[in-house]
Parts: sequence; C-alpha cells; structure tokens
Amino acid sequence: MTKGTVKGIISNMVQVEVDGPVFQNEICYIDLDGTKLMAEVIKVTGNTAYTQVFESTRGLRVGDTVEFTQRMLEVKLGPGMLSKNYDGLQDDLNKMRGLYLERGDYTDPLDEDSVWEFDPIVKAGDEVLPGDWLGAVQENWINHKIMVPFNLEGKFRVKNVAAKGSYKITDTIVTVTDAEGNDLELNMIQYWPVKLPIRAYQSKPRPFKVMETGIRTIDTLNPIAEGGTGFTPGPFGTGKTVLQHNISQNAEADLIIVAACGERANEVVELFTEFPELDDPRTGRKLMERTIIICNTSNMPVAAREASVYTAMSIAEYYRSMGLKVLLLADSTSRWAQALREMSNRMEELPGPDAYPMDLPAIISNFYSRAGYVYLNNGTPGSITFIGAVSPAGGNLKEPVTESTKKSARCFYSLSQDRADSKRYPAVDPIDSYSKYLEYDEVRQYLDDNIAPGWVDNVMKAKDILLRGKEAKDQINILGDDGVPLDYHTRFWRSELLDRIILVQDGFDPVDKSTPIQRQAYMLKMILNICETEFSFDNFEELQPYFTRLINTLVQMNYQPFENEEFNNYKTQLENIIEERRVN
Amino acid sequence: MATMAFQKIYTKLTQITKATCAVKATGVGYEELATVGGRLAQVVKIMDDTVTLQIFSGTEGIGTDAEVIFFGRPPSLKVSEQLAGRFFNAYGDPIDGGPQIEGKEVEIGGPSVNPVRREDPSELIATGIAGIDLNNTLVTGQKIPFFADPDQPYNQVMATVALRAKADKIILGGMGLSNDDYLYYKNTFENAGVIDKIISFVNTTDDPPVERLLVPDMALTAAEYFAIQKNEAVLVLLTDLTLYCDALSIVSNRMDEIPSKDSMPGSLYSDLAKIYEKAVQFPEGGSITIIAVTTISGGDITHAIPDNTGYITEGQLYLRRDTDIGKVVIDPARSLSRLKTKVMGKRTRADHPHVMSASVRLNADASNAKTKMENGFDLSDYDQRAMDFARDYAEQILAIDVNIDTEQMLDTTWALFHKYFTPEEVAIRDEFMQLYWKEA
Repeated sequence: MTKGTVKGIISNMVQVEVDGPVFQNEICYIDLDGTKLMAEVIKVTGNTAYTQVFESTRGLRVGDTVEFTQRMLEVKLGPGMLSKNYDGLQDDLNKMRGLYLERGDYTDPLDEDSVWEFDPIVKAGDEVLPGDWLGAVQENWINHKIMVPFNLEGKFRVKNVAAKGSYKITDTIVTVTDAEGNDLELNMIQYWPVKLPIRAYQSKPRPFKVMETGIRTIDTLNPIAEGGTGFTPGPFGTGKTVLQHNISQNAEADLIIVAACGERANEVVELFTEFPELDDPRTGRKLMERTIIICNTSNMPVAAREASVYTAMSIAEYYRSMGLKVLLLADSTSRWAQALREMSNRMEELPGPDAYPMDLPAIISNFYSRAGYVYLNNGTPGSITFIGAVSPAGGNLKEPVTESTKKSARCFYSLSQDRADSKRYPAVDPIDSYSKYLEYDEVRQYLDDNIAPGWVDNVMKAKDILLRGKEAKDQINILGDDGVPLDYHTRFWRSELLDRIILVQDGFDPVDKSTPIQRQAYMLKMILNICETEFSFDNFEELQPYFTRLINTLVQMNYQPFENEEFNNYKTQLENIIEERRVN
Repeated sequence: MATMAFQKIYTKLTQITKATCAVKATGVGYEELATVGGRLAQVVKIMDDTVTLQIFSGTEGIGTDAEVIFFGRPPSLKVSEQLAGRFFNAYGDPIDGGPQIEGKEVEIGGPSVNPVRREDPSELIATGIAGIDLNNTLVTGQKIPFFADPDQPYNQVMATVALRAKADKIILGGMGLSNDDYLYYKNTFENAGVIDKIISFVNTTDDPPVERLLVPDMALTAAEYFAIQKNEAVLVLLTDLTLYCDALSIVSNRMDEIPSKDSMPGSLYSDLAKIYEKAVQFPEGGSITIIAVTTISGGDITHAIPDNTGYITEGQLYLRRDTDIGKVVIDPARSLSRLKTKVMGKRTRADHPHVMSASVRLNADASNAKTKMENGFDLSDYDQRAMDFARDYAEQILAIDVNIDTEQMLDTTWALFHKYFTPEEVAIRDEFMQLYWKEA
C-alpha cells in the first residue's frame, strides 16, 4: 500500500507527498494523533497528491502520515438501507456516538448482525451476469433482490445456492464459478464506487409513463415522466424545500431517496420527525419505511457535500436494479456546485463563469444522465426519477448552475418570487415552466390512454388561458381598469380562477396537499367548462365579486374529500352561482 | 495571554501583507493560535515549512524580525456560570474591568451537532410584536436575520425583541458595532435590570476588522455551554453580519483567492452556514436561537451577503417605515418566518394561520390599491376599504410599540375584518367564520 506524508494544508485541501502509485479519486486516511481523517485524491502532480479531506483539518501538521487504500469512494450495498439516515459518506448517523459529529467517527451503513429470510431465485447450473437476481429477502415491504455484484465482469455459472432460510448479510448465500473455473463466494453485501454509474441493464428507452406527484401544477400542467429528470430553481423563500417534501410524501414511487445536500439541519430534522409518523398513502405503512435520507447539512464538511449526491444516486441505481420505481430528490445541487468551486479555487485552477470550475456543465449533465427508465437483463423495468433543487444566486436564472442544469434536465419548474410574495404556493410559475415530456408522442399517448382522451389538448387550453390572462393583466395595469375592454377583465379572471383552484395548493392541508390524477382531471374539466361559459356583466366592477365567490366555493371543494357530501353541496352551490350570470 | 515557558520562538518572517504574514516554522497545527510581535494571529495556510498567519489586529508596524510564538491550540474560551452578566472583547477577554473567567477551556468553532440528536423546533417565542408573533412567529432553535438598510433602527428593534422574549440567557455578538450602539445596548440592558442574563462579545468600529471573525464563534461557544450543560433557552443576537462578511473578504483577498460574486470569497455560503447552523433545539430542553442583522444597501437582497444568508436562515424580517401612521413596522408582505407553521394554530389559537394569511392578502390588496391611486386611476369601493383596513391594521396591531398577546392580536384583526369587509372577501374557512365572525 502506498503511504504518504502531509506537505501542505489550506482549509480542507491537503497536499500529500506519496512514496508509491496513487490513482485519481483514491481514498486515503490521514492520521491526526490517532484519529483517521478520510480524504479523496482529486489531483496528482509529480509525487504530490492533492486531496480533499471530508473532515475539518484543524490541528493537522506537516509530516502527519497518510495511508492510501487503493479504493475509490464506495457505498456499501445490501439489505437494511431503508429507513436509514446517512451522512454524505453513508455513515449511519444513528450509530454515531456523541452529540456532535466527531471527526473520524465512521460507522457501518448496514447492520451485520441482523438476520434476513433469504429466498433463492437461481439454482445450481444457471448462468448469471453482473446485476442478475440470485435471490430475495423482504426489506420492509420491498422485495429486496440479492444481485451478482455489479463490479464483476463476464459470465458466471452458479455452483451452490443456500437453501431458503435465515442468514446474516455476511453469510455466503451463493457460490459462482467464473469462465476460468475460479469459485467466488457471494454474500448479501456488495460495494460500488459512487462516481461511476451502474450499467447492469439491457436497455434504456425514452421515458413514456408519467409519474404522479399529487402536485397539480406539476401533474396537470407539466408532468414529469417516470425515469425522467426535472429541476426546481428558485430564489430563497419560494418554497423549494416544501415542494420537495410534498413530492417525497405523495409521489407514486416504490422508494424515495432524499439527498439533503448543504441545506438546513432543521429541514432534515423535520424529515426525521415527520416521516416515521406519516402514512404512505399507497401502502398505508409509514413513509419512513420506503425512505432513505442522505444528509450533509450546510454546516457539515464541504467535501462530503459533493459525495452525498453521488452516494444517493448509487443507492438509487442499486434499488433500480431490483426492478423498482425510485424517486431521487436532491436539495440543493447548487450547494454541491459550490463545493466544487471552493475546491477548484484552492487548487488554483483557472475559473469559469462566477468562479465555478470550467467543467461544471459536464459534471451536472453526467449526473442527471444516471437517472432513467431501464429494462434489466431479465426484461423487468426499473426507473430512477430525479428532481434536483437549484438555488440560483440572487434569484438570477442566468447563473451557471441553473444554465448548466437547464441543458440536462427535461422538466423545468421555475419558482417565482412574485407568486411566493402573494403566497401562491407551490410557487411554480405556470408560464415559464415546461415539461419536455409533453412533446413525447409516447407520453401523450400514455396520458390520453390513462387520464382522459384529448387530455393533452385540455392541458394546452389551460396554458393558453393562463397566458392570455397574464397579457390581459399587464394591459389592465398599464391602461387602468376602465381603459380596457370588458373582455380583458374576463380573460384575467378566467386565468385567476384556474390559477387559484388548480395551481395553488395548500401543502399543509391533509386533503389538499395531494390530489390523485383522476381528481385533477375532474377539476380541470370543471374549470375549463367555467372558462368556456359565457357570462353577462354590465361593467368591470361586477367581475371581481362574482369570480371571488366562484373561487371561494371551489377552494372549499379542494379542502373536502373527493365527492363526499360537503363536496357535492359546494358543487351545487357553484352551479347556482354559475346560473346567476350565464348567458344561454 | 501570557507566554508560557519553553515555547519555541521564531523570528524570521518571510512575507507581510496587510492582514497576514508568513514565517518559517515546523510542527505547527492548522488553525493554531499564535502571537506575532505580541499580537494574536491564527494559522490559515501551511505549505512545507512556510506557515501563513492571519493577524487579527492588522500588520501595521510588524517587522520581519517580529517574534512568533505558537500556542499549540486553536482559539478557545473558558466557559462557566461566571460568563453571565459580563462584557468581553473578540478574544474573550473581559472589557468591563471585572476578573478573568474561571472555567473549562473549550475550543471555539467546534464540530456540528449530529442532526439525529436534534429536536424538531416546536416552542414559540413570544415578543408582543405583531409583525413577529402574529405574522411571522419565531420558534426556539430558529435562525433569522433582519435585512435592514443602515438608516433603519434595527438595533433598537433587536434590543426590544431581546428584552421581551422569554430567554434564559441573551448573548450579544457585536461586530463592527459603533461605540454609540454598543453603549446603547449596554444601557438598555442595564436599565431593564436584566444585565445578569446578558453576555456580550463586542468588536467595535474602534477595533481592527479582522478581529470580528472570532466574535460569532465566541458567542456561540458560550451559547452551547448554557444550552447543553444547563439546558437553558439561549437567544443569540449577532449584529452586523455584513461587517463580518467584509472581514472575510479582506482575508480571502490577502490570501490571493479568486473572488466570486460581489468580491466575496467562494466559501461565503459555508462560512455563514457554520455560524447560523449552531441554532438548535435539543431534546433535553436547551436551545440556541439566533437573531441577526444583515445590513443591505438600498434594499438590494440579490447582493451575495443577503442572498447567501437567505438560503441559510429560516426566513428573514424586514423593517419598513409606515408613512400612514409614521411608525416603524415589521413589513408583513416581505417578512417570512419559515418555522411559523410549526407553532401557528398548534401552540396558538386554531384560527391563527388563517387570520394571518387573510390579513397578508388583504394588506397586499391595499398596497395594490395604493399603487393604483398613485398612478392616478380611480379607486373602487373595495380598494378604498382595503386601504382603510391597512391603516387601522398598522396602527392597532403592527406598530412596533404595540405590546399585546397573540390572542388579542387575533381578536383585533377579526374586528377589523368585520368592520371593512364582507365574509366572501375575507374568505376564511367556514368553521372559523362561524366562531369568530361576530356582529359588532
């Protein structure tokens, strides 16, 4: 093993003089009076390795010794990851000893003593490839497949399979023979270097299904595909995190992985506290049972922030390989980009725009491309849908992280300060935002088949109403209420109706916070009907009180369980209000 | 800080800039403290045998033969009950003429609390100020700044909040505080008779700017002692963090780092997060709540300092001079406390969140009406009523000198709703309308 000594220290960048070969991204441990600090090689010049340390370097001295491991930063994969709270390096936070995150306190991500009920899938004599399913254990309500390690190469023949029964993750469950005739004993654990994508699948088609999130402004106006990518840029206070939390609670996924990357600790604590209490609307079990939280909050060491998103993605890929529908949320990828910037600066690289490294767009795009819908070797589909939050500096969407992400992500949910200021949450701007998936023929077909025939046409109608409403409002603001034709007021109030009923959603109301797609279709149809109804007004002053009544009644409907008695009462009230001014 | 015996003394400085110097030395730890020619300094960079030190009080008059003595430890503070009621400088030395503190020596700027050992904040802090209690309720363990222009009375408002809030200890971290403002705080606390629960770490404009970098860590180390060891509710006031950031950029500049937006160091976000994230609620009952001041220029919140702050803190408060009533109010439209939903309607009356959002909406309508009026358009009847409502609301509820409890604030707001609006315009859920919408 290569060894080295510390030569220079600037914050968390440490230069190490090495006595042998090292490779890029190799992990090493720096010895600080007996405490081992984990670091990653990020550049090598001559016999000097530049490393980023995943811990505070306080007290480190020139001459301290360093040991290299010949491994890259890896995740440890196996049953028992669900419901866990990890830090960015996949340490189990609950296993850490003290009140504080002490340096060098690295803990096992899996529980080696826990016992699992193993049910074999393969039998002796079968031929298997990396990623193929050998057997399964039941992890919470997920059928967790034990797979041929992804880091093996070539074909293998199964020699022995353990009988159905209870095993620890360290017990050998399958023995395989490689092409040269060497035997290999496999247990339930495998390792994967986080910076590399897991490619143990047959094909990656274009996404064609829609993933329901329960958020109307997403599902109805700009749906995200299962296996798709999206991002939510927005200035602070526009509700990025609340939106992500709502998606994580209600999205129709088998498994949710939340990467809290460089954000507030209290937000993570909220997840820790709420998720074990909240019911998963799909299974009736607790949300925490289908959730993995990777958290590297803003006060945790900055280098581990970069690692955290990769750790999360690798775990997502592992579960995708079991044929599961995984939703990965990262909040916020800007913090990760800033971590890259800090390091690039300390290495005295020539800076790109806003002092970010030049290869930022490439790094972001490589990361987003790891999401996707795949067919595994056995033909089963699996998917990772990825939604990243972006925190643009000064709320300016022309900054490098937003622009780079825009090139990679297919859905753009722009959070607007104006909407947030007028408390219209979720503050997704309906005009600026888009979903490229609405252009996919296969997605349009899926929507027409699964929601309602002609659905996409209705969505486009809704978008037109919003755009015309905005134009009308701009004119009214310039020319004054009585300076424009009455028709402008009608246009504005139609869009206002659609906005307040479909787009605005109360994330804290038990009913309104998540709307199933069938209810969304019902409401959209009702709103479009009202928008197409011709009303008679004598002057513009009659519109506001009238439409306010319509809106209030519809808001009450949003708060009621779908089609219960109250809901239907409000619907009758609504119909009466419509009749008051309807032109026959 | 006296020199200890048998310490190695270095006298060969190889570089001196305005804030830093470099010396040839070995066996030095990163972030270690030292004195250079008698002035306190800290190690910021080590490259082979060249150690770069940041000298807190500046390098004026430092010679290339100045004596450099390393302490073998990072900056620290002695903590004990004796801290209460005392005033210190940025190094933690008493400036009130009292004795040195006896207690356990703790490194400042220590590691962060494991998130799984934190508690979800759920205790509200009442201040009697409606702009806070009614519209933007504060919670223990929260961190929130005032974004204020230099001409606004943020120090007075913060002192009011500190005195009215029910906290066991109040720790003031003053950075670049003018001597007048320092004396203002001191007198206010003394006159209120609460001096025994106040601890102050103060760097005034008379002191060198780089010293400020120690102030937040000193204040928060003291806060952690009382919150963890004594399970106390601690309120930390930090003013003014913009001046702290200016000091960061000075050091970063002297170290030849490439500046990012607005000449601030690329690590600004992490640097600020390290301070603010010390705000915490512990399961045992102790808590640290941080209220800070970030001065902004001409209301520009896209500048790197308020921008990064906004992404870290749990909301922000704005002051505004209400010209209708001629008083300072906490701006209901722009201010936001992100943690308010944790207590609103749960620790307060159930109608609280609904009253709050209705009043914010109606106030917004009033300001639209005002714009309309200023642009010379005719006002509708509704516009006029909204503006009347907003004026009464500001006068009876929002004004900072009004000191009433939340229940009274809610009742007064309902009365104003009733006076100026129809039930449809107020649009609060039926269940609450039935309870509180009363004929006057």
